[in-house]
Amino acid sequence: MSGPLTNLDRPNSYIGRTVPRPDAKRLLQGRGQYVDDLQLPRMVHAAFVRSPHAHARVKEIDTTAATSLPGVVAIYTAKDFVDHVTPYVGVLTHLQGLRSAPQMPLATDVVRWQGEPVVMVVAHNRAIAEDACGLIEIDFEPLAEVCDAAAALKDDATIIHPEFDSNLAWERLVDSGDVEAIWDRDDVTVIERDFTFGRHTGVTLESRASLVEFNPADETLTYHYSGQAPHMMQAVLAKHLDLPEENVRLVARDVGGSFGIKIHTYGDDVATAIAARLLRRPVKFVADRMESFVSDIHARDHTVHGRIAVDSSGVIAAMEIDDLTGIGPFSMYPRTSAIECNQILNLTGAPYQIENYRARGRVVFQNKNMMCQYRAVGHPVAMAVADGLLEAAAHEINMDVVAIRRKNLIADTAYPATSAAGMKFDDLSHQRALEKLVSMMDYDGLRQSQEEARERGVYRGIGLVSMVEVTNPSPMFYGVGGASISAQDGATVRLDAAGALHVSSSITEQGQGTNTIIAQIAADRFGVDIDRVKVTTGDTATTPYGGGTWASRGAGIGGEAVLLAAQALRQQVLEIAGTILQAAPDSLDINNGQIVDVEGAATRMSLGELGRIVYYRGNELPNDMMPEMIATRHYRVTDFPFVFTNGAMAAHVEVDPETGFVKILDFWAVEDCGRVINPKLVDEQIRGGVIQGIGGALYEECLYSDDGQMLNASMADYLVPMAAEMPDIHIAHIETPTKTSTLGAKGAGEAGTGGAPAALMNAVNDALRPLDASIYQMPMTPQRILRVLGIGKD
Amino acid sequence: MNQRHSISMTVNGEAITMDVPVRMNLVDFLRNELGLTGSHVGCEHGVCGACTLKIDGEMVRGCLMLAVQADGCTITTIEGFADDPRSDRLQAAFERNNALQCGYCTPGMLASALDYIEAGGSTDRTAIRQHISGNYCRCTGYQSIVDAIAQTIEEGQKS
Repeated sequence: MSGPLTNLDRPNSYIGRTVPRPDAKRLLQGRGQYVDDLQLPRMVHAAFVRSPHAHARVKEIDTTAATSLPGVVAIYTAKDFVDHVTPYVGVLTHLQGLRSAPQMPLATDVVRWQGEPVVMVVAHNRAIAEDACGLIEIDFEPLAEVCDAAAALKDDATIIHPEFDSNLAWERLVDSGDVEAIWDRDDVTVIERDFTFGRHTGVTLESRASLVEFNPADETLTYHYSGQAPHMMQAVLAKHLDLPEENVRLVARDVGGSFGIKIHTYGDDVATAIAARLLRRPVKFVADRMESFVSDIHARDHTVHGRIAVDSSGVIAAMEIDDLTGIGPFSMYPRTSAIECNQILNLTGAPYQIENYRARGRVVFQNKNMMCQYRAVGHPVAMAVADGLLEAAAHEINMDVVAIRRKNLIADTAYPATSAAGMKFDDLSHQRALEKLVSMMDYDGLRQSQEEARERGVYRGIGLVSMVEVTNPSPMFYGVGGASISAQDGATVRLDAAGALHVSSSITEQGQGTNTIIAQIAADRFGVDIDRVKVTTGDTATTPYGGGTWASRGAGIGGEAVLLAAQALRQQVLEIAGTILQAAPDSLDINNGQIVDVEGAATRMSLGELGRIVYYRGNELPNDMMPEMIATRHYRVTDFPFVFTNGAMAAHVEVDPETGFVKILDFWAVEDCGRVINPKLVDEQIRGGVIQGIGGALYEECLYSDDGQMLNASMADYLVPMAAEMPDIHIAHIETPTKTSTLGAKGAGEAGTGGAPAALMNAVNDALRPLDASIYQMPMTPQRILRVLGIGKD
Repeated sequence: MNQRHSISMTVNGEAITMDVPVRMNLVDFLRNELGLTGSHVGCEHGVCGACTLKIDGEMVRGCLMLAVQADGCTITTIEGFADDPRSDRLQAAFERNNALQCGYCTPGMLASALDYIEAGGSTDRTAIRQHISGNYCRCTGYQSIVDAIAQTIEEGQKS
């Protein structure tokens, strides 16, 4: 190894450097290849009749008129699939007690949410398929629906799955220390709050899309996939369609956003694969926007009762939360719908030294669209609850919100450390992150201008959050619970005859810049110009086996595999070069595609020349030398269940008490994601994440009627952040590399989304404080802000 | 529903004559019949801007128009913008600023940005943000896109 990883003066030094994405030009020219851009010979198109009811019995389905429509190729209901797919159940053994009912791609007998697919039509084009859907008559017998999560637990609630005694899917308790001994103590101040977090969803601009072809000659199924975890889906499809795993190929080309939405098993996608097999021809399904809103997984939708006790010096004496969440009628397969609640229990208060912590989480079935993992799983809730309570407590005891954090953050010198919930932390920098934030935002100056604004009748607020993010998960996340979800990733690096590197990796690209950082790491560690590196991802036929890109794991785990493989190949090549040049391998180096002397850096031969000797003129090599010119390495996190990152963020807002509108004046984020591989890409992950967090805090909510109808299933009605309302975001980094890998990279993809809502909620409440009002419900819509100000009603 | 109509138009400089179902959206026609898959379909109700096109000099949503309504029109799609040297500087600025992640909004975003710049738009960030507020991007948070547009305008003023 020649020098430290981030010596930017070294030739081919790319780790730590902003490098433009090689994919950018192609995407800018409209040359991307998304699933819906593919047209295959004999391809037909699918559309689905979805349940208009939240809960109903399917009595009769009449497809007569639809079947006779010209252009219709096939119509399927659940019974047509019975012999072609096995049911799936979204449980994991390590989430002890989690239960769910078997699920099929199309609803069997009973529909359990508005939007559940019931009938599949396959036709020559999508328009005809939709026409046919309109001709299908279904006789539904409406059943009593259970939509509200709290009501679902009542004794008289309709039981969604009759085989269970209640609608409770899972319950977990954490009890550390002795919280009960704290609440009644005379020397503590106790604050309690009820938090409500609305449902939102990913709204990937490219909706879910599948194009599946089946070749009956060799029983192979090829699935053109817009998703994040090709090997996971390969295993899922092979298992439930009863195909040998090696006969199932997943290919992801460009993916138009994912954010956790495109990593689950959706009935319509599975049905598309079954139809392709039955029809022996390619079938395409692309969800339209309304289908996306009622069938893409939703997330959040938690109500949390939180309690904190602080002593007179501001030290947290105890924290307690009680989380209730509705997850829809099933637990999503195969990752389950209990993870968000589990994360909230694990992460609430995690940045702070807390001895006494108690938490209860309850996950319940309800007749709404299904919930599962979406960007920053659980983090926005956990951070908003803990830091919302902490800032409320600070004000109660007249303490500054920065001062109370200084008092309670786990010290940068205290690692390794374990939280009250049992999380193992190392290499974190909460204190430095907070100080950097305070200085970057000119906290004291801002407080002063806030006072001056208040005197003018302008209500501005400053809110902070200190946070952790779960990244680089080990097998303890899913694999341990029995899911076919890999926590390890692999990379193969190959040198071709012209001296170029070819890297194939099991992590995937959905816009984060995965392919770019793979090229950076390989070029840097091997010693070639980045233009000489070609990267392949997304294809189960040509990449090593691995997990994909989710849970902020791509750079940290997949990147380390690339680093190890590039170093191994470098060693091989130096040995070959040593033989050819009659030199000791360790006296040689590779720079800019040339074999050079370590001493003096004189060029000895090019990699192209070495490639030509190895591949074409092998007669010049000793007989016992059979060069491989290819190396594969795999990596997984072993010493920790997760590699945590930390950050600190702040929002500056202005609230108009007459309209309830919140204007974001400024936003700052300090992030410690360990080794930064590409500063620009990391900054853009943080920025995009913060904006997504702002969406959840201020705008986004899947609104349901009492009888389970989604009321705003269009982009005109579901509000997402658009450019005009969004602020510029200031970013700073602290780099504390993780000791779990050579690369030292932790994840960065979800911190913004995880932290921003807490900072915003604290800022809004800070602005409202002179008006004696506070809000603990997200999104913090103008209507809700007016309501806490005593104006208007629901 | 099955009625068809013959249409003629100029798309990215090429004369096209085709027989299309009258109910076919313009963007579906461009994508599926002409293979111009750079125009993306995001919402099909005119909100997201992924299918932004130029028709007879006006920026329009390809999903809010039928193909037959474009009969006789001159259309530029992202494929046409990309080949036009007038977009070179903007494309370079998008690349330099990483003003795209997944790339799905990018063709529409680039078209809207080009329209703003060619209309003499200023470097004022609020004005830029207003102009691109009809284009939804879930990935970037918009700041890098605003940077790219502002820098392109600055470069144009210098040259």
